[in-house]
This record gives sequence, structure tokens and C-alpha cells, in this order.
Amino acid sequence: MLLELFWGFLRVGLFSFGGGYAAVALIREQVRASGWLTEELLSYVIAVSESTPGPIMVNLATFVGSKQAGIPGALVATLAVVLPAFVIILVLTAVLDRFLGNPWVEAALTGLKACVTGLILATALEMLAANTLGQSGPDWTAAALTLALGAVYFGAKPVLKKKCSPIALIVIAALLGMAVYGR
Amino acid sequence: MRPKTKLLWELFGVFFRIGLFTFGGGYAMISLIDEACVEKRAWISHEDMDRLVVLAESTPGPVAINCATFVGKRQAGIAGALSATFGMVLPSFLVILLISRYLDRFLELRLVAGAFRGVKLAVAILILDAGLRMMKRLPRKPLPLGILLVALGAMLAAELLALRLSSVVLLLGAAAVSLLALACARRKGGGL
Repeated sequence: MLLELFWGFLRVGLFSFGGGYAAVALIREQVRASGWLTEELLSYVIAVSESTPGPIMVNLATFVGSKQAGIPGALVATLAVVLPAFVIILVLTAVLDRFLGNPWVEAALTGLKACVTGLILATALEMLAANTLGQSGPDWTAAALTLALGAVYFGAKPVLKKKCSPIALIVIAALLGMAVYGR
Repeated sequence: MRPKTKLLWELFGVFFRIGLFTFGGGYAMISLIDEACVEKRAWISHEDMDRLVVLAESTPGPVAINCATFVGKRQAGIAGALSATFGMVLPSFLVILLISRYLDRFLELRLVAGAFRGVKLAVAILILDAGLRMMKRLPRKPLPLGILLVALGAMLAAELLALRLSSVVLLLGAAAVSLLALACARRKGGGL
């Protein structure tokens, strides 16, 4: 059982590019193939993983591992999902330093940087749209809250001469969410 | 405490905090890492930060883990990579363990659900900020700006048409086009 968890999540850690949302599809497949969780429990696990702090993949691995085999299962699944990223980056940082300054490597890196910037902006726009366009027309409350949060975050520096830290923004957003949606 | 030990604890602490306040996956975390490791502590440079994002995006695994490993290794070698990564993983591990064992109806608590709806809005803003910061530091040349627009357009189009488009395809394409452009420029006898 533990071994199966280890291999399953090692595969997820090794084949999921581009962070959590891409990995969710892969983990869904893995869980279905091994029959670890019921479909309903899986959806719940994914929802919790997306709304608790930390990398989504680590959350999912811990959750599935814990449901399957208690604390040892959680440990094994988490270790497996983290291991490939850890090893690959260690190797790459060692190699990269030797190749920086090489014009070919620099050209490829600049191209990749531009592409990643596009991917990140696309994700941001998709999330903004998903948050403010409900299934039945625009969600004005969410749009107003987003505008307010954006004004606080981007406006703090020019107006108050003090930057609003990302952590402060998240705390403000959580409190606003409790006040508006929590009743 | 020896300076090295102190640094390892600091790496652990900083990434523990980032792990605790990162919602919605790796992209949102870029803003947090930028603030903690580039602006506050000068652990890595802006250029390193951009390279880090590129590496994290083009390699498998959670972006958060890639980032923690990279910064830790730069600061304090393998021991640093281990403490930063461990710090990053620990909060989510503990929180999820708690929820999965004792709080079966976690998301049904109204206050919790409300807070998360709020946080989701903030996460979109943080990701937008991360993207805009990277865009500002991109060379003002036609090729990178073109690649940016194509990647952005392709992802949005795929989302609208409900197609599956892997980011790996776009990344490979971007690297190939850049190398090709350099090869052409070289042949003409100039640099880029």
C-alpha cells in the first residue's frame, strides 16, 4: 500500500508541469486508476486542497495518503510528490551556473521567460474572469471586492508610501470574505 | 548559534511563513517570494528571481517546491535547500493532516467558506501582480514581446474554446523560436 502510494505520487511529481492546477488532472487519473478514493470524496479533497494554504499538489498528496494509510501514508505520499522537484532543481542550479553567459542558453531563457510571463498573465485573467463572472451573469459583489482589494494592493505604495505585503492582502481578503459571505 | 545554523533556521522560517500564506498554488506565491527573498532580504537578485520562475515553470513538480529548493541551495547549499523545502511543506502537511483526520465537514463551516471566497479574489490579484512584474523586466524587443502575446493569446483561446493546451508545448515552442532567431542573426553576422 505504502509502496503503491509512493510510486503513484512520484509519477505525479515527475510529470506535472506548471504547478497545481495542471497536476489536479493527473492526480484525478492516478486516484481513479488505483481506486483509492470514491469520486465524491475525491472532489471534496480537491476542493479542500485548493482552499488551504500551501502547494496544491502537496495538499492533495497529504490528504490522499492520510485517507489511505494514516500518518505513514501522508508522509510517504508527500515525500514522493516533493522528491522529483527537489532533485531536479538541485541538479539544474548546479548546471545552470556553468552555462549562464552562453548566448544560446541566454536566448532560450529569454524566450522561456517571455512565454512564462504570458502563461502567468493568462492564468490571472482567467481567474479574474472566473471570480467575477458567475454562472448566471456577472457577480457584482465579487467584482466590487476585487476592485477594492486591487486598489488596496496596488494603491498602497503611491498613496501611503508603504507597500501592502501579499500576506497583508490575503488577511484583509479573508476578513472581507468572512464579513460578506460568512453569514 | 553559528551563523550557518542561524541562516538555516531563517530559511526554514521564511518558507514556513510563505507556505502558510500561499493559497491557490504556486503562481500566487511568486509575489510572496519576491517580497521575502528579493526585496526584504536580498537573498537572490531580480534576475535570479526571473530565472527561478522560468525553471519552476519548465520543470515538473510543485512550483513552490522548485522555488524553495532553488533559494535554499543558493543561500546555503544542500542543507539550505533541505531546510527551505521542509519549511515550505510543513504547514500544508500539518493543516491537511488535521483536516483529513478531524474535520470532515471543514468546507461546510460558513465562516471558513466565506474567508476562502475572499482569499480567492486576492489570489487572482497576486498572480496578476507577479505577471506584471515579470513583464516590466522583459527586454523591450519584438521577439520576447511577441512570444508573450502569443502565449497569452493561445492560453486564453484554449480556455474559451475548452481545448486542452499543455503549457509544455508553448514553452518548447518559445525556446525553439528564440534559438532559431539567434541562429538567423548569427548567420547574418550580428548578435541579437
